[in-house]
Amino acid sequence: MEITLAHYLFVAAALFTIGVFGIFVNRKNVIIILMSIELVLLSVNVNLVAFSAFLQNIEGQVFAMLVLTVAAAEAAVGLAILVTYFRNRGGIAVEDINQMRG
Amino acid sequence: MISPMTDLAYSWPHLFPEVLLAGFALLGVFFGALMGGDRRFGLISILGVAALVGAGVLAIVHQPLAPVHILQGAMVIDGVGVFAKALIAFAAAATLTLGADHFNNTGERRFEFPILVVLATLGMFVMVSARDLITLYVGVELQSLCAYILAAWRRDDAYSSEAGLKYFVLSAIASGLLLFGASFVYGFTGSIHFDVIASVVSEGGGGVGVIFGLVLMLCALGFKMSAAPFHMWTPDVYEGAPTPVTAFFAAAPKVAAVVLMARLLYEPFAAMIGQWGQVVMALSAISMVWGSLGALLQTNLKRLMAYSSITNMGFVLMGLASGGEQGPVSALIYLALYLPATIGIFGLILSMRREGLPAETVQDLAGLAKTRAWAAALLTMLLFSVAGIPPFAGFIGKLLVLSAAVDAALYWLAILGGVAAVVAAAYYLRLLASIWFSAPAAPLQRPSGAVALTAATAAILSFPVLVFALGFIERWAEAAVRMSF
Repeated sequence: MEITLAHYLFVAAALFTIGVFGIFVNRKNVIIILMSIELVLLSVNVNLVAFSAFLQNIEGQVFAMLVLTVAAAEAAVGLAILVTYFRNRGGIAVEDINQMRG
Repeated sequence: MISPMTDLAYSWPHLFPEVLLAGFALLGVFFGALMGGDRRFGLISILGVAALVGAGVLAIVHQPLAPVHILQGAMVIDGVGVFAKALIAFAAAATLTLGADHFNNTGERRFEFPILVVLATLGMFVMVSARDLITLYVGVELQSLCAYILAAWRRDDAYSSEAGLKYFVLSAIASGLLLFGASFVYGFTGSIHFDVIASVVSEGGGGVGVIFGLVLMLCALGFKMSAAPFHMWTPDVYEGAPTPVTAFFAAAPKVAAVVLMARLLYEPFAAMIGQWGQVVMALSAISMVWGSLGALLQTNLKRLMAYSSITNMGFVLMGLASGGEQGPVSALIYLALYLPATIGIFGLILSMRREGLPAETVQDLAGLAKTRAWAAALLTMLLFSVAGIPPFAGFIGKLLVLSAAVDAALYWLAILGGVAAVVAAAYYLRLLASIWFSAPAAPLQRPSGAVALTAATAAILSFPVLVFALGFIERWAEAAVRMSF
């Protein structure tokens, strides 16, 4: 069977959905939310690289490199905020993040 | 294709505002780390305000007569971009002045605050001049990453770090949506450049993949400008973040997100107004209704202002949904008239302290007219302006947006906007009744000089200055839109 663009798009869409569900359904741990965010960004990279190869156009791969870089910065900032939160509250359970009613 | 060096030499003079902000941020980090001590906070803050004002002035002075495409088409310097940069720079400078004054009084003198504000402003400058999807994404992220840190700024405070965490998680989802949408737009049009996307779209190419991508990107930008139903972060982050940071969030980033959305809608996707018009109208209607109903239940002033900003973004989106030339012009004017009132109100909220502790509920305002007559008078003028009561500036903004909607035959949206404005006026008037007619609460501290000056300037801008300068603003906005879209 030949692997076509549609297969790559399907994988990316599945990863994206798993990532988004990991953020909303998970009630346990903020670290898992950070992992899910990473999954969402990587699914976008699959999309971009697949389109880039399909279109014979380099721009998508450049975009994917920048997404990787920004994802690293985002993870660093997110973990730093998580550390301050942990120091103030003594835990990172998702159901405890409710001091302000949302 | 021209060589990179020629391109850089050509682009360089048009990038002075951005270079000034980036240079200030880098040198500020360097010398801040070298200097040590408490004095550096005041010095870097003053220089930061100067850099922001300088960037705004440079942007206006270097305004080109026709759109200039720089950095091989990655960015564009044009009328709407310059208009937005001027608003963003002055709003950021005003909120940085308020914030530096506030943190100086509370003793939290960490010099990274002005640097992060300036970097966030740089991100907004990149957002409003983006001309391809990569620049768009990098600008949004530069602004957002600084905003997460600022929201969690009070690191010993559980509320502030919770606000930072919530903002980070929800905003990261929005960034994911933006990117996923952008990857579809790229894949189905074959380019990241707005002009190529525009030509593909206007020939009817791309099909359903492009529509899917565009809707995802619109949802993400709706999140960044806190339009309902993507507003759920706004009340919590506004309440939990330190008040100077909330003031910053309420002003400049809204302009950047709205102008970025306008550029996306009116440049690459102008031919698809039939498709995106529905989405923008829905965002606008839900924001106006939800914002004005939600505000009725609030007792915390910062949460109240969060719902107020949701309503106001609904009105701006009504302008964008109207299309044509009048639509974006009215949205730009609305933003220009809305900014000073918001900054002034947040300045006064910032100054409301009793024995060193913040007093931020509606009850704390009771009888303010008898204890602090001047603050009450200024707050009244600013609230009248936000509520859209003539002859204050906010009324003219609402009038222009509503008439743009009527001209575009969006009658139901205009009627809904009118009803939402009346409901919104109810809670501003409830606030005013408490200020003027309730028995006075214990007196609040006297506002500091910087706060009094900012609030007075904002009040004078809301009436009479901006009302009489309206002709000038209108001409500027019209020229800007005509040049850009």
